[in-house]
Amino acid sequence: MVVVVNGQEHGIEEGSTVARLLNELRLDAQPVAVELNGGLVRKMDYANTPLSDGDRLEIVTFVGGG
Amino acid sequence: MSDPRYARQALFAPLGQEGQRRLSAARAALVGCGALGTHLAEQLGRAGLGFLRICDRDFVELDNLPRQVLFDEKDAADRLPKSVAAAEKLRRINSALQVDSRIVDVTAANVEALIEDVDLVLDGTDNFETRFLLNDACMKLGTPWVHGGCVGSYGQVMAILPGDTACLRCWLEHLPPPGSGPTCDTAGVLGPAVGVIAALQAAEALKILAGRRDAVHRGTHTIDVWTNIHQTIGAKRNPDCPSCGRKTFEFLAVRAGSLAMTLCGRDAVHISPAAPARLDLADLERRWAALGRTSRNPYLARLEADGCELSVFSDGRAIIKGTEDPARAKTLYSKYVGA
Repeated sequence: MVVVVNGQEHGIEEGSTVARLLNELRLDAQPVAVELNGGLVRKMDYANTPLSDGDRLEIVTFVGGG
Repeated sequence: MSDPRYARQALFAPLGQEGQRRLSAARAALVGCGALGTHLAEQLGRAGLGFLRICDRDFVELDNLPRQVLFDEKDAADRLPKSVAAAEKLRRINSALQVDSRIVDVTAANVEALIEDVDLVLDGTDNFETRFLLNDACMKLGTPWVHGGCVGSYGQVMAILPGDTACLRCWLEHLPPPGSGPTCDTAGVLGPAVGVIAALQAAEALKILAGRRDAVHRGTHTIDVWTNIHQTIGAKRNPDCPSCGRKTFEFLAVRAGSLAMTLCGRDAVHISPAAPARLDLADLERRWAALGRTSRNPYLARLEADGCELSVFSDGRAIIKGTEDPARAKTLYSKYVGA
């Protein structure tokens, strides 16, 4: 199936979760905020939030410098 | 009566004379006066802000100058505390601005006292721990704050109106563990990226201080000045947020003991003593006389020894350059300053 991550199409295995997607994007250890179809997904829910074909995600990385 | 100095700004209709008048009566606190912080201080000071408290724990060095706009080579040679050097420049830029410079490490023990009498808090820090502390303090006191962070060519901005918009912890529930993201140490940082992020922060600050909260950008936006990718995510609050929702404020719980923290991009460690001290810097320098090269200004004393450079402030804090190992830094502190 295909989901849209930050405006770009991303192919991912059927039945994948948000956690799996973050792992594929190598973002699972980084401070990120995830919005799925316009709603916040909490970190504790990453592993039990399944993705569906056509889902739209915005994933924002927070950086700490300044 | 309108002030001709700010005519161009007041001519901008959404701000107007009324917004300018409010700005001139407004009070803000800046926490961290480095790359983001100097840009923020300069933009708001020039814009006609009434009062700015500048809180910073560090002193100026030559490698700050590519990004930290208020400082110059003389400040670095004199090793002036950043809050002192910034205040001197700001007073020359705008004599009507009231500046309160504090040479201080903002911690759970002092954060509320430093921000309780201001209308807005500006984030010029370089670490998540202080930002989580600021978020808790601002949510507790009901004070708006404008978060910004920047590394490499990328950064994010978030204006936070307590009880109205999402706070930092709505989106980032847990303090990112050390090493979880890029830092200025590992990824460097570009001056223009800092400038863009600080300018966006300053714009949100102007809206809030001028009484135009309706115009505040809701949500987090990110910009990468290298790839030109720009993202926005929504502003919905998390009702279960530990800070603005459940109000647990765990970052305000005072931790005892001294703290050692590696500084972003500095090959240095910052040491905070367990209890604030009042050191006699002249006396300290005399005690060091036989140990290595020393120097002193009214704010700090310096010693070069053991391949490191210790800069000790009169409140007992120290910045130990030449190591990134907190344990080694603590050892040197005990040896040359005393526990």
